[in-house]
Amino acid sequence: MDIAIILIILLAGTFVTFFSGDKYASRVALSFSILTAAYSLFLLLQYHTTGAEYSIQWVASPNLNFSLKLDGLSLLMILLNSILLPVIILTTLPHKVPFEKLLYSLVMFMSFAMTGVFLSSDALLYYVFWEASLIPIYFIIVMWGNGDKSKRRQAAMTFFIYTFAGSLFMMAAIIYMYSKTGSFQLMDFYNADLNTTEQIWVFLGFFFAFAIKIPIFPFHSWQANVYQRAPLIGTLLLGALMSKMGLYSVIRWQLPIAPYALHKFQGIILVLCIIGVIYGAIIALRQSNLKRFFAYASLSHVGFIAAGTYALTFDGLLGAVILILAHGFGIVGLFLSAEIIHRRMNTTQIPEMGGIKGVAPKFTIAFLLMVLASIAIPLSFNFTGEFTIMYGLYQVNIWYVIFIGTSMFLGAFFMLRMYQQVMLGEWTFKGAFKDLTLNEGFIFIILIAVVLFFGIYSKPIVEIVTPALQEILVYINR
Amino acid sequence: MSNILQEIGINNYIYLSVLLFCVGVLGILFRRSAIVMLMSVELMLASANMLLAVFSVYHQDASGQVFVVFSMAVAAAEVAVGLAILVAIFRNIGSIDIEKLKNLKG
Amino acid sequence: METVFVLLLLICPFTGFLINLLAGKKMGRTLPGIIATTAVSASFAISLFYFIQILSTNAPVEVRLFDWVTFGEFSIGFDLVLDQLSLLWLLVVTGIGALIHVYSTGYMKDDENVDRFFSYLNLFIFFMILLVTAGNLGIMFIGWEGVGLCSYLLIGFWYKNQSYNDAAKKAFIMNRIGDLGFLVGLFILAYLLGTVDFRAMSFELSDIYGIDKKLLGVAALCLFVGAMGKSAQIPLYTWLPDAMAGPTPVSALIHAATMVTAGIFMVTRMSFLFDLIPDVQTFIAIVGAVTALFAASIGIAQTDIKKVLAYSTVSQLGLMFMALGFGAYHVAVFHVITHAFFKACLFLGSGSVIHAMGGEQDMRRMGGLKKVMGVTFVTFLISTLSISGIPPFAGFFSKDEIMLAAFEHNKILWAIAALASLLTAFYMFRVLFLTFYKDFRGTAEQKHHLHESPKSMTMPLIVLAILATVGGLISLPFGFNWLNGYLQPVILNLQGVEHHSLDSTGWILMGVSTAIALIGFGLAYSKYISKSAVPQEDDKIGGFAKVLYNKYYIDEIYNTVFIKPIYAMADFFKNVVEKIVAASVLAFGKGIAILSVYTKALHNGSVGFYLFVFVIGFCSVVFCLLLI
Repeated sequence: MDIAIILIILLAGTFVTFFSGDKYASRVALSFSILTAAYSLFLLLQYHTTGAEYSIQWVASPNLNFSLKLDGLSLLMILLNSILLPVIILTTLPHKVPFEKLLYSLVMFMSFAMTGVFLSSDALLYYVFWEASLIPIYFIIVMWGNGDKSKRRQAAMTFFIYTFAGSLFMMAAIIYMYSKTGSFQLMDFYNADLNTTEQIWVFLGFFFAFAIKIPIFPFHSWQANVYQRAPLIGTLLLGALMSKMGLYSVIRWQLPIAPYALHKFQGIILVLCIIGVIYGAIIALRQSNLKRFFAYASLSHVGFIAAGTYALTFDGLLGAVILILAHGFGIVGLFLSAEIIHRRMNTTQIPEMGGIKGVAPKFTIAFLLMVLASIAIPLSFNFTGEFTIMYGLYQVNIWYVIFIGTSMFLGAFFMLRMYQQVMLGEWTFKGAFKDLTLNEGFIFIILIAVVLFFGIYSKPIVEIVTPALQEILVYINR
Repeated sequence: MSNILQEIGINNYIYLSVLLFCVGVLGILFRRSAIVMLMSVELMLASANMLLAVFSVYHQDASGQVFVVFSMAVAAAEVAVGLAILVAIFRNIGSIDIEKLKNLKG
Repeated sequence: METVFVLLLLICPFTGFLINLLAGKKMGRTLPGIIATTAVSASFAISLFYFIQILSTNAPVEVRLFDWVTFGEFSIGFDLVLDQLSLLWLLVVTGIGALIHVYSTGYMKDDENVDRFFSYLNLFIFFMILLVTAGNLGIMFIGWEGVGLCSYLLIGFWYKNQSYNDAAKKAFIMNRIGDLGFLVGLFILAYLLGTVDFRAMSFELSDIYGIDKKLLGVAALCLFVGAMGKSAQIPLYTWLPDAMAGPTPVSALIHAATMVTAGIFMVTRMSFLFDLIPDVQTFIAIVGAVTALFAASIGIAQTDIKKVLAYSTVSQLGLMFMALGFGAYHVAVFHVITHAFFKACLFLGSGSVIHAMGGEQDMRRMGGLKKVMGVTFVTFLISTLSISGIPPFAGFFSKDEIMLAAFEHNKILWAIAALASLLTAFYMFRVLFLTFYKDFRGTAEQKHHLHESPKSMTMPLIVLAILATVGGLISLPFGFNWLNGYLQPVILNLQGVEHHSLDSTGWILMGVSTAIALIGFGLAYSKYISKSAVPQEDDKIGGFAKVLYNKYYIDEIYNTVFIKPIYAMADFFKNVVEKIVAASVLAFGKGIAILSVYTKALHNGSVGFYLFVFVIGFCSVVFCLLLI
C-alpha cells in the first residue's frame, strides 16, 4: 500500500476542483473527498500494526527527505480528516456561495496540507505542511466570513500572525535539532542526545507553536473571534481538524523529543490546561453569541484533551486520542446546529432564540444528542475519552482529576443553560422554523452514529493506536 | 606589458584606482543630478575594472581581463537601462533632481 | 441463549423508547402508552422468571459482552449480573415501573407530547435496569448518569415553562457533582485494586494487607458523595423538591421509588468496601440521620402536596442511609422496597388529586375530597398509615428495624431518627387531613370539575396500596426473615441475622415506634381536624414557620455562595481577564507599530541620504573588519 496516494488524491482534488468551474466545484470536491475517505478506509483494511513507511530523498544537503510514515496514530488522524472532509463539504454544499471553485479548492488544499502534517516523518516536510495549512484558512475567513469585512480581516490577520509567530519558534527548534543530529528524520529526533538546557529550549519552541494552535490557555485569544467570524466551513476545518493537528503534533513531535524538559514542565502545563478547561466553561456562561459560546466550549474541551496528552501516562494519551476523534465529530454537530439556527432565524444571539423544540422536533433530538455528547454522557464517544483521560490523570495526581472533573458539572451547567435558552421555552420568533433538511439530517445521522457506536464499543480504536502510543511512551520515559 | 607595470609600479595603479573610486563615491554623495550620479557610478565601476585588469597582469592570468570585458559589456547595458529610466522620469516629472524623487518615502 | 434472554431485559424498554421516539407522533395518543407499558411489563416478566429461578438455584446469572472502556492495565467490560440484590431491585423497578406506566396512560392522555413522555420513561427503565444489573462500577456509572439524564428530560418535560427547565437543569447539575465523586472513587479503586468488577473487588478486598487503607477510605467517601447526589442527601438534596416540576408519575417513579434509591443500591453493592472503613460508615449514618430530621422539619411547613412528599422522600432516604451507616444493609434494602410501595402510592394518589383539581397542588385550596375520590382516599390513607409506621402496615416493620439498628449502635442518632419519625407521622396526616377531610376550599369551578380518576389510574393505586399493606411480610421480626436469608449471598457481613429473634428491648422499641407514630397522628388530628386549622397564606407566615416554609433558605444560600460567584467570575473573565490576555498578545503588534513610527523616519525618500548611509555603513563594516 502506498500512503502517498492519499496526498496525491487530495492535491489532484484541489486542482480539478479549481478548474471545474463554479458550477461543479462543490460536487467535484465532494467526490474527491469521498474518494479520499474510501482510500483511507482501504488503508485501514490494509493496515497492520507494523505500519507503513514511504521515503524518497529530496535534497541531499540539507538532508531532506520526502518521507511519510503511517502508524496507528496517524492512521486514526487520517481517518478523522478524511471522513470529516465530505461531511464538512456537505454542510455547505446546498448553499450558494461566491467563488465556489476557489472556496472548495482551498478546502481541499487545506485537507491536503493537514493530511501531510499527519503523515510526514521528516521535520522540514512536516513544517512545510504545517504552514501550508494556514494559508487557505486565512483566505477562507477573509473572503467568506461573517460580518463586517474589516473585523473578519482583523480576526484572520491576528490568527495568522499569532499562529505563524508560534510556528517560528518551532522552526527554530527544528533547525536546532537538525544542527544537532544532521537529519530531519523523526526517528533521529527521537534518538537525539540533548542535554537538559537544550531540551528545555527545544521543548519550549515546540510548545509555543502547539499551544497557540490548540489553543491552550492563555494562548487562546485568537480563537473566539475567528470562530465567530469564520464561515461554517472554516470553523469546522479549524475546530474539528486544525486544533487536532496541534494535539496530534504534541503527541508525535513534542513529547518524545525532550523527556527531561517534559517532566520538568508537566506540572505547569497541566495546570494551564486545567485552568483552560474551567476558564472556558465559566466564561461560556456569559457569551451571548452562539458561535462564540461554542468557541469557548471548545476551548474547555481541547484543554481537557491537552491535559490528557501531558499526563504522560498511557491512559492519558489513549484518552486524548479518543477525545480528539470524539471532539472532532462532536464539534461539527454543534457548529452545524449553530449555523442551522443562524440561517433559519437570522441571528446568532442566544437571548433572541428560544422554543425551537416546539417547532423542530427532529432538529431538537439531533441538537440534544450533540449537546449531551459534548458534556460527556456515558455511552457517548466523548465520555470514553474523558473517562480514560481522567484515569490517566489520576495516575499523576488525584487533585488534577478533581479539578478537571469540575468540568463535569460546570460543562453541564453552561451547555444545558445554553440548550435551555436556545431550544426550550415558548416559541416567540415571528416566522417559521424549517425542520432538518435531508442533507442536514444525513450529516447528523453520520455524526450521531459515530458518537454512539464508539461510545459503546471503542475497542477497535484502542487496538489500532496502542502500539504507536506505546512506542512514544518508551521515548517519553527513557 | 610587464615592463610598463614594473616601471610605474603596482602601487601607483592601486592609488589611482582608489582615487578614481573615491571621486565616484563623492560624486554620488554630493551631486543632485541623476545623470551625474550615474556617471559617478560608472567611474567607480571603471576603477574596479582597472584594478581587475592590473591584477590580472600582475598575476599573469588572462581571465581577469576577460572578466573586465564582460563587466564593461554589462555596464554598457546597465547604462542604457539607467538612462532609459532617467528619460522616463524626466518625461514624467520634468526633472532629474534626486531631491524631487521622494515617492519611495516610507 | 441465556445472554439473549438477559439482554431482552434491556432491549425491551429500549425498543419501546426507540419506537416512541421515532414513530410516536404518528401513533396517536393511546398507542405509545400501550407500547411502553408492554415493553416494561415484558422486562418485569423476565425479571420475575429469573427471580423464581434464583430462588431455587441460588446461582447468579452473569453475562459478559464486550469491552466497553479499555485502559492500559485493564478494561471495563459490558458485564451484567443478575444476582439476588439486582433481581430484587429489578422487580421493584420494572414492577412499579409497569404500574406507573399504566397510571401514566390515564394521567398523560391529554398531553400533546405523550409519545415523548413514554419514550423517556422507557429510556429511564432501560438505564435503571442497566444500573442495577451492572457487573462493575463502570457499567453502573452508565446507568447512574443515564437515569440522571432521563430525570433531566422528564422534569423538564413541560419545556415551555422555564422554571421547570431550571429545576431540571438543577437536578442534573447537582447529580453531576455527586457523579464526580463517584468517578473519583471509581478511579481510586481501579488504581488500588486493578479492577472495578464487583466480585473481583470484593475478592481483592477480602485481604487488605498491602492496600493503602486511607486511600480506600477516600474512595468510599467519594462513592458516598456520588450517593449523596443521586439520593438527595445533605448537602446535595435541594434538587429533589424542585424536581417535582415534572409530571406526577415521574415524581412517583423516578424521584420516589427507583432512581433516588440508586445511592442505597450502590452502597449496598459496595458493602464489602464500606464495611472496611468504620469512619465513613459513621459519617454516612450521621448524614442520613441529619438529613432525615432536616427534611422532615421542612416537610411540616410545606403547602404544596408534592413538595411535602418530596421532603418526605428525602427524609426517608436519610433513614435508609442511617441504616446503611450501621452496616444494616438488609434493613435499608427492606425499607427501600416498602418505601417504594407506599411512596409511589402516595405520589400517584397526589397525582390523582392534582388531576381532579385541574393542576392545583396547593393543599390550602383542597379539602373534603374524601367524598368524591373514594379509591384515591383509601389508598392514600393506607400509604399514610404505612409511612407513619403504624402496625401492621409495611412501613412499620421496615422503619422499626431501622430504629432497632440505630438503637443498638448510637442512641443519639436513634433519638434524631425517632424525632424525624414523629414529624413524618405529623406531616403525612396533615396532608391527609388537609386534602381529604373537612370542606372543599377551592374555587367553584374546581369543585365542579372534581371527579374520581379513571380505572387506569386507580388500578395501580389499589395494587400499590395492597403492597404497602402486606409488603412487610418479606421480613417480619418474629423469626420469619425471608429477606435476610435471601440477601445473604450478596451482602458479606450481614449483621444481626443470627440474633434477630426479638428480645425485650426489641419489643419496647416497637412499642415506642408505634407510640411515636400515634403521637404524630394525634398532633395532626388535634390541629387539623379538631381545630380545623388551615395553613396560612404566604404573606401571613411568620416566625420559625416562615424559615421552615422557605426551607431554611438553603436555596438562597446556595445561590449566593455558589451560583452568583460563578457568574461573577464569568463576568470577571469576560471583561477583565480575556481583555488582558488579548491585549497582551496585541501588545506585541502595537509595540512593533510604535517602533515603526520612529524607524520609518529613516526612509525619507531621499536617494542621496540612502547613499550616504550606505557609504557610511559600508565604510564602518570595512573598518570593523580591518580592526579585527
